[in-house]
Amino acid sequence: MFPIRLADVSFMPDGRNVLSGVNLEIADEGITTVLGPNGSGKTVLLRLVAGLLAPHAGSVHWNGGTVPAAGIAMVFQQPILLRTSVLHNAALGLKPLGLPRRERQRRALGVLERVGLAHRAEDSARRLSGGERQRLALARAWLMQPRLLLLDEPTAALDPTATEAVEQIIRSIRTDGARILMTTHNLGQAMRISDDIVFLAGGCVRERTPANRFFSRPQSPEARLFIQGELPWRISFDD
Amino acid sequence: MADTLIEALALLLHLDPQVLVIVWLSFRVGIAAVTLATLIGLPLGAFVAVARFPGRDALTVFLNAMMGLPSVVVGVIVYLLLSRSGPLGSFGLLFSPPAMILAQTILVVPLMAALTRQIVEDAWRDYAQEFRSMRYSLADNVGTLLYDCRFSLVVALLAGMGRSMSEVGAVMIVGGNIEGFTRTMTTAIALETAKGDLPLSIALGIVLIAVVLALNTAAFGLRRWAMRRYG
Repeated sequence: MFPIRLADVSFMPDGRNVLSGVNLEIADEGITTVLGPNGSGKTVLLRLVAGLLAPHAGSVHWNGGTVPAAGIAMVFQQPILLRTSVLHNAALGLKPLGLPRRERQRRALGVLERVGLAHRAEDSARRLSGGERQRLALARAWLMQPRLLLLDEPTAALDPTATEAVEQIIRSIRTDGARILMTTHNLGQAMRISDDIVFLAGGCVRERTPANRFFSRPQSPEARLFIQGELPWRISFDD
Repeated sequence: MADTLIEALALLLHLDPQVLVIVWLSFRVGIAAVTLATLIGLPLGAFVAVARFPGRDALTVFLNAMMGLPSVVVGVIVYLLLSRSGPLGSFGLLFSPPAMILAQTILVVPLMAALTRQIVEDAWRDYAQEFRSMRYSLADNVGTLLYDCRFSLVVALLAGMGRSMSEVGAVMIVGGNIEGFTRTMTTAIALETAKGDLPLSIALGIVLIAVVLALNTAAFGLRRWAMRRYG
């Protein structure tokens, strides 16, 4: 699967420039966080890497091939949970493998224990809190034993306790051997768990640097302003 | 009028054998037709909702149009198929309950498929990316969406059951309305009213209305329970 290479990738739905001339290489280790203001193309970038979207220009290669590799899992900002139990939802990721139902449930229960949801296995998934929902979505992805896990703002709208629990799970999945590419608006989180940062603004990669250097000495003026909380891309309501 | 109503109620309270035979046959035919239509219509509707293929839009329009398929037309088509000179004439099914089941299945499949397509397509808009990220096959998508929409799909089942139980034209043509053999509630009501035997018509009408009310009450209760249980 690795390296994953994006070469001059542009994504322009309806002529709108969401991503423009993006070049990026993703090697097989670590946690990379994509930072940037709203609308900078972070989610689209993740979906391109997952193979869920095709670029309008440029190319994405997975270990040299043009077919999205197996072993990629993605957790969405608002994960879909079916109207059924937590256990059943966790086991959904195993469905394409054609395992017997009992084996799927055994493995699902194992991963639910690891994310602290085993005691709620028989409860309805749609009754879970926001933090529990994200832990369940992570469990579902973890169960697929991904080599690359894509996380789209996994802690958006979560309180600090729930955020910490999610971060712990992300670290555990990484320890299990998964490469992680995630987006977040939480700079503290990016600082805590990232090995390196990709900073996007205006649909372009402005810089890619190790996390500690990004926060102490950002290279691009856009990143410097972003970290300082100065917002040149502020939304204007003026005519 | 009051006397007629009292006579109708007496028929029901005394469990009149003629009424029971007619009600039992109606249930057998209706349930068999809806079961077959469910097995065909639900996967077909979900497939059309999820799959992308040439002619998909045309098939969607066709299914929607067929919801209003006139039952007498279906009756005539099935009659021609099953008549002695027809392609299925050798089975000797004309004027029998299986012929009525076949006609009602043909009537109900488009209705259930069209409703299922609408329900599943709405869900698919939200679920598509997540399922694609899990590398689901078309069969996985169809099966999982049907499972997740199961409480909403009760509407399709109810509509199918309603159409099947209230249908007259097709079962009259292919069943022949033979007493004790192919006479259903609707065909009996049509015949007995024409003959002036209003108590039997009213008794069967009460049963029909009671069935529709019971089915809708059960569906309402199921949906309410599902909302509480699964959110």
